[in-house]
Amino acid sequence: MGILEVKGVNKRFGGLQALGDVNLSVQEQSVHAIIGPNGAGKSTLLNCLVGKLVPDTGSVMFDGKSVLGRTPYEINQMGISRVFQTPEIFGDLTVMENMMIPCFAKRDGSFSMTAFAAVRNQKDIIEHAIHALEDMNMADKRHMHSASLSRGDKRRLEIGMCLAQEPRLLLLDEPTAGMARADTNNTIDLLKQIRDTRDITIAIIEHDMHVVFSLAERITVLAQGTPLVEETPENIKGHPKVREAYLGEAQV
Amino acid sequence: MLGLEKKDFTLLLIVAVMVVLAPFVLNPFPEGTAMAQMFNAGYPDLMQRFAIFGILVIGFNILFGLTGYLSFGHAAFLGAGSYAAVWMFKLLGYDIIPAILLSIAVSGLFSLAVGYVSLRRSGIYFSILTLALAQMMFNMAYSVLGNPSSSYNLTNGETGLQVYNSDPQVLLSTTDPNFPHLFGLSMRSETHLLIGNWDFTLNAGYYLSGLFLLLAFYVSIRIFRSPFGLMLRAVKSNQQRLNYTGLNTRPYTLMAFVISGMYAGLAGGLLACMDPLAGAERMHWTASGEIVIMSILGGIGTLIGPILGAGFNEYFKNILSKINDSVLHEWLAFLPDGFEDVMVTLIHPFVGKGWHLTLGLLFMMVIIFLPGGLVEGGQRIGKLFHRKKANTPSDETPTE
Ligand SMILES: Nc1ncnc2c1ncn2[C@@H]1O[C@H](COP(=O)(O)OP(=O)(O)OP(=O)(O)O)[C@@H](O)[C@H]1O
Ligand SMILES: [Mg+2]
Repeated sequence: MGILEVKGVNKRFGGLQALGDVNLSVQEQSVHAIIGPNGAGKSTLLNCLVGKLVPDTGSVMFDGKSVLGRTPYEINQMGISRVFQTPEIFGDLTVMENMMIPCFAKRDGSFSMTAFAAVRNQKDIIEHAIHALEDMNMADKRHMHSASLSRGDKRRLEIGMCLAQEPRLLLLDEPTAGMARADTNNTIDLLKQIRDTRDITIAIIEHDMHVVFSLAERITVLAQGTPLVEETPENIKGHPKVREAYLGEAQV
Repeated sequence: MLGLEKKDFTLLLIVAVMVVLAPFVLNPFPEGTAMAQMFNAGYPDLMQRFAIFGILVIGFNILFGLTGYLSFGHAAFLGAGSYAAVWMFKLLGYDIIPAILLSIAVSGLFSLAVGYVSLRRSGIYFSILTLALAQMMFNMAYSVLGNPSSSYNLTNGETGLQVYNSDPQVLLSTTDPNFPHLFGLSMRSETHLLIGNWDFTLNAGYYLSGLFLLLAFYVSIRIFRSPFGLMLRAVKSNQQRLNYTGLNTRPYTLMAFVISGMYAGLAGGLLACMDPLAGAERMHWTASGEIVIMSILGGIGTLIGPILGAGFNEYFKNILSKINDSVLHEWLAFLPDGFEDVMVTLIHPFVGKGWHLTLGLLFMMVIIFLPGGLVEGGQRIGKLFHRKKANTPSDETPTE
């Protein structure tokens, strides 16, 4: 049994079958990549895992408990954190404030009425946030307005915010999209380091095969909403079905 | 000090000094002069409004400024507070303490109900829900619950709720003043300081309102700087991210809504303490709109903005409505006769009863040229001076 078990998930948008009978099993402490051409339904699948969408049929179990019918914040508190395809951070807040929010969520749960204590006196939170920023090599940018960060830094911050919650499952939706080569390599190193040093499972959606092959232990190929193959990276490279799905898309 | 950072404490201190000195500072012109008639604002009635509307807008800013949820129905909570206070005067007597406590409680309950329903939606739908619910409350107060011949006449309809000699007033003792009072100190009692040609009025009601303003301001600073306040700002910035970070936004926004409703209740209660009478017009949607205007004028999401916005609005409303044609003729007497008449005719629509027009224009100018309100104006002026002095980079202050 994997930490994440997706069984028979279907999702339609009107006449479009975005997900058709998806089965997926992600093993604990592994890095599992989901690849597939544009519009294959990868983001839709993630949305079904975090409560943004509810599948029409099927089940999604995390750590033996169903996530269906739960709200995004409840699912997050169960231990699933998600990095979005376009970075989602608090643009009006400073980098430090951004980082403190997941620290509060970790310490105080989904709601806490601490209206009279000063943020600057929350020593444990500040320490936690600085530490999390240092892990991302961003501590020197903590006073910056997060909206003024570069795209790469926004992504780093978002990943850092997810990690600060110490999730058991981290979902990444194209973390290197739109990044320059150097930034991409940095991100690969960062994710490798996370994989090797933390007690964490990672599911990653990615178009960049270099990233996928550097990190993943298992790869699921999704095409038109249905998984075609699930294999190790070595076995996926020359797989005929994968070539077919990607025809004209990218060289595998 | 008081659990505040130095910068915030200084701000609180400045406001405290402003409150104490307002009766003097706002009366710059000697008594009896035309200038005093027109521009002096240091009389109790107006200063009470500065303080009370300051409280109202400070509370509104906790909701709108921090979370970005624009309520278009906050006047309903102001009105509910006033009604509650007048009922306490009618039933118990003129002691203001139970009146103010009940005002806050009643408005808190109403805002809990209204917030619970409206916060199921966001953006424009939220605003419309608050508007609709508040207008319902207005209509209830104006007609349904205000029929003098029915047995559940809670608001006395069009006439407005007031205290009559036949009311129970069970706690009223013979030594108490026949007006709202705090431990026997009537809200109407005042001392006149005559210095030269100046006449300064120190009024108990004003200083009580001022004290509540300071308290309200202090609490709002604490909220702004708290983890709760940070979450409210996060709601405004990116609600989706907050949800996916394991935080339930609904109770946060609801608490902000209720807190701001309680501020409105306090303001409504104080209005009744200064003048023991409550009418439904206080709850009308135009009154809610004025709250929005005051908060935008001052500077949304800033600490001091609400006080500036409320003061600016009340002050100009007061002056502009006082200017009539004869005053204009007096001012423009130096012009040639025909030209004078033309000018008076041109200016006429903007003053007196037309004060809305001028304030509306001022409001438009602020939105277009100073989206950050008066606070941004102040910051720009401050920067001009700063640049002249030295080229030091200024520290970033996200929420002033
Ligand atoms: N909320 C929605 N309503 C209607 N159609 C949707 C919705 N979300 C996604 N779709 C459609 O479902 C299909 C799958 O979309 P999805 O975003 O999951 O693809 P993807 O694999 O993530 O693609 P990409 O690599 O471009 O990110 C697409 O055809 C998309 O247009
Ligand atoms: Mg996608």
